[in-house]
Amino acid sequence: MAEEHRLITKQFREAGYTPDLDCYLRHGGYDTLRRALRVTPEQLRNEVGVSGLRGRGGAGFSCGLKWSLVDRRSGKPIYLVCNADESEPGTFKDRQIIHLDPHQLIEGMILACYANDVHLAFIYIRGEFAEGARILNLALTEARAKGFLGKGILGGTYDLDIHVHRGAGAYICGEETGLLESLEGKRPYPRVKPPYYPAVLGLYQCPTIVNNVETLCAVKHVLAMGGTEYAKLGRPNNTGTRLVCLSGHVQQPGYFEIEVGAVTFRDLIFDPAFGGGLREDRTLKAIIPGGASAKVFRADEKVTLGGPGLEGAGPKRKVDVLDLPYDFTTLTAAGSMSGSGGIIVLDDSTDIVAALANLSEFFAHESCGQCTPCREGSLWMAKILRRLGSGQGRAGDADQLLHIADNIPGGRTICAFGEACSWPVQSFVGKFKAEFETKEAGV
Amino acid sequence: MSSTTPSQTTAADTLTVRVNGREVVVPRTMPEAVSGKAVPTTMIQACEAAGVTVPHYCYHPKLPVAGNCRMCLVEFGTPALGPDRQPLLNPDGSPVIRQSPRPAIACATPVSPGMEIYTDTDGVHAMRRAVMEFLLINHPLDCPICDQAGECKLQEYALDHGQAASGFDEVKVHKPKTVDLGPRILLDAERCILCSRCIRFTRDIARDDALGIINRGSYNTIAAYPGRQFDNNYTLNTADLCPVGALTSKDFRFRMRVWFLKESKSLCAGCGTGCNLLVGSRENRIHRFTPRQNDAVNSCWMCDEGRLNYRWVGRGDRLKSPLNRRSGATEWGTVLDETADLLRNASRGSVAVIGSARATCEELFLLKKLCQHLGARSDCVPREGEADGLLVSDDRNPNSHGARLTGVCFTEIGINLPYLANDIEAGKIRTLLVLGEDLTKPELELPTDLLGRLENLIVGDILPNPTVDQAHIVLPGCAHLEKRGTFINVNGRVQRFFKAVEPPGQAMPETGWLGGLLERLTGEAPARSAEALFNQLAEATPALKGLTWAALGDQGVTVEV
Repeated sequence: MAEEHRLITKQFREAGYTPDLDCYLRHGGYDTLRRALRVTPEQLRNEVGVSGLRGRGGAGFSCGLKWSLVDRRSGKPIYLVCNADESEPGTFKDRQIIHLDPHQLIEGMILACYANDVHLAFIYIRGEFAEGARILNLALTEARAKGFLGKGILGGTYDLDIHVHRGAGAYICGEETGLLESLEGKRPYPRVKPPYYPAVLGLYQCPTIVNNVETLCAVKHVLAMGGTEYAKLGRPNNTGTRLVCLSGHVQQPGYFEIEVGAVTFRDLIFDPAFGGGLREDRTLKAIIPGGASAKVFRADEKVTLGGPGLEGAGPKRKVDVLDLPYDFTTLTAAGSMSGSGGIIVLDDSTDIVAALANLSEFFAHESCGQCTPCREGSLWMAKILRRLGSGQGRAGDADQLLHIADNIPGGRTICAFGEACSWPVQSFVGKFKAEFETKEAGV
Repeated sequence: MSSTTPSQTTAADTLTVRVNGREVVVPRTMPEAVSGKAVPTTMIQACEAAGVTVPHYCYHPKLPVAGNCRMCLVEFGTPALGPDRQPLLNPDGSPVIRQSPRPAIACATPVSPGMEIYTDTDGVHAMRRAVMEFLLINHPLDCPICDQAGECKLQEYALDHGQAASGFDEVKVHKPKTVDLGPRILLDAERCILCSRCIRFTRDIARDDALGIINRGSYNTIAAYPGRQFDNNYTLNTADLCPVGALTSKDFRFRMRVWFLKESKSLCAGCGTGCNLLVGSRENRIHRFTPRQNDAVNSCWMCDEGRLNYRWVGRGDRLKSPLNRRSGATEWGTVLDETADLLRNASRGSVAVIGSARATCEELFLLKKLCQHLGARSDCVPREGEADGLLVSDDRNPNSHGARLTGVCFTEIGINLPYLANDIEAGKIRTLLVLGEDLTKPELELPTDLLGRLENLIVGDILPNPTVDQAHIVLPGCAHLEKRGTFINVNGRVQRFFKAVEPPGQAMPETGWLGGLLERLTGEAPARSAEALFNQLAEATPALKGLTWAALGDQGVTVEV
């Protein structure tokens, strides 16, 4: 029987738990900060390194490694930016944290800032999260009043302030360099890497750490438990807990906190502790495992895991998709990704062409248009899918979609949006080709 | 983000890479386009050094890198390192190259020691083909009615890297056409490929952040900021920079197909900067100026004012015929004979010369000879304005240093003018030769009716003006676009220019009639060609010592002035 493992969300469903500072303090809030300020930043960074914590924003990049890449010798200030531009369709975890426990995020941020000699940090929150921004600003005011922020935090010598910046409603602002451009007041065109790696040339051309909301909360728990203890959760290279967002055709959609790799898709969809199964008389058709941009799995797909060269290791074997443990490396090895943790469940009532058309419409709308393949390709794919979906299909449309989708990703674009808009097309058309070909006849 | 591997091959300030198998040594750093700061050498620069052109739209060597067009994607590999961070070697001793699984944009990716760059693989060709297809799906594809045809990178690369057919069978994105961005630039947003060259130019070079992109994705459109006109003095450079037919010059668009234009190397004579330019002309008519790259002078740019300063050349009221108003003679031979007689008979000290710092070095050289022969005092007319900190100089004469070095005027141009005016008023100077200046212009603050006091007013000019109207003898000359010669710019750059079009009627280069006068007065014919005259001038002038016309080349030579 699978179950949740709640660290970050421990108090979320507790009756009477409120997002104000008093409630947070009653539950041991800011204790980790009090203890952490007594040790050196290097020790804290080391704990995070040992914890094996991977970023929860989508790419799963090692948090400790990201921090270790920061240029600490430039003589310039180091900034930390919390990426709260949660916009990936199917993802709604950061919003829960912000709404239900803003001080947990703030404490995580202060810890991460102290560990990295940061004295000014920002929370970049998506424009649509007006209420979230209000809650965060209120929490920051409380934290300042109680001496958790500002000059000489908790009577010590460490200074830090945090500002909330609201976006204006663009998915691309979640791309960390696009986010930094937007924070600087510019059009959020992602930056060319090299040379603009945030760790060296980030906000205002200064070394900058951009971490996701959930990651920063996890940092708090890493430092509360100690890196070694945290690393015991999950499995090697997939440590700790993470929030998954279950949506689509399940009985109980919602967010759940799991020990990474400890539950499978079968658990997540069918277990009463999670999705609670499909709707009556429905069968599973497909799973989008990590936000809209992750490659889709067919429900009846067998995935080859293990064998030489494949992460996740173990002997080479065929695994039923439903039996895949939900972690970073397994899903990568299975040809998709856990991404932002947004699991979208599609049952047999789903028109797969319409589903992809919906996703592609989103990506065509959100492409910033900076670089050629994504700007032109994302809308082209959406136009073909719009046609296919409205009975205007033509012979060859499915192959044309694959042709376009194959010419966008793989380092041909400035940012990962190229992958984000083409992976769904590659996987939907590739795995459900018959359904697309049926529509080519103009049904 | 690996740490840099130590250089195995060369000195500390260079490194060796291979481009399509050919070894090339490049500097580790090169100056950044705008700031001049040393930044790591990029793949595209290394390819350039290896003689390999990587196709590109958004990249421009004089602009900050944008990396958005993706046309310059290349494949590459770097030396593989062992666990000890030392390069792994093949059995033959050559380094093992680890191929990058992802391509890189050549314009923005720094080279590293031992890197191998491949621009000619199937993979690279496929990527270019894909980018071309993407760029063309929403493009109008109406080259026959597009003004850019013939100098369009989209056209050229479509031929080189594109494919004849496209799978695109949808309705194209429609965007605004004939958008008035400012007084001199029109935008056709449908032709635009959003390379952002214009934006970067006006923000980083012209320092006027006037342009931006509005909307999103495939609907992106270049626009001037709301309520703003794109009207700085450098806007027309964006029409040059635009690789497609999106930005066009209102002055030039639809006037002439570019492949009909003859291009002549010339200079702008609008100020002391001396921007290098190409004159585009057809059938003896000038249709446009475009900047010609000279990194010592104007980089790739020129100001709008200078660029549009050509229409007068073809004016119908140009002076076309020599004229002695007293004798009625209109033949060069007769008019020059009569002019020479007049000068010969003038008493010593009664002749003065007012030249122009818009004249060429060669003309000023002959003018000085004439002054010396006649014992005439001389000066030129100053022409001052405000410098803009970019290309426009506060000295609006193109050849002030030429006027000084030849001795036609002194350190400060125009310092002699009040004295000469006094002497005219006092009746001491009775004969005045004026070359290319209107002395009645109010800013010169010369007494009105000064010229009326002269016995003889000889004027060489190209357009009618009040001074010409009062002249007893009129000698029609040439615009600098109708002759060859040299100017020396404010920084001492000696630059030559060539003839683009023929002068009207009997008008002749000033060196022609000046030489004719000198021959008649001295019995000795001076050299006729600009080459010979410049070489003589250089020989006779310490600051120009050792220079020859040939040695000036197309980019000029800077001298100590």
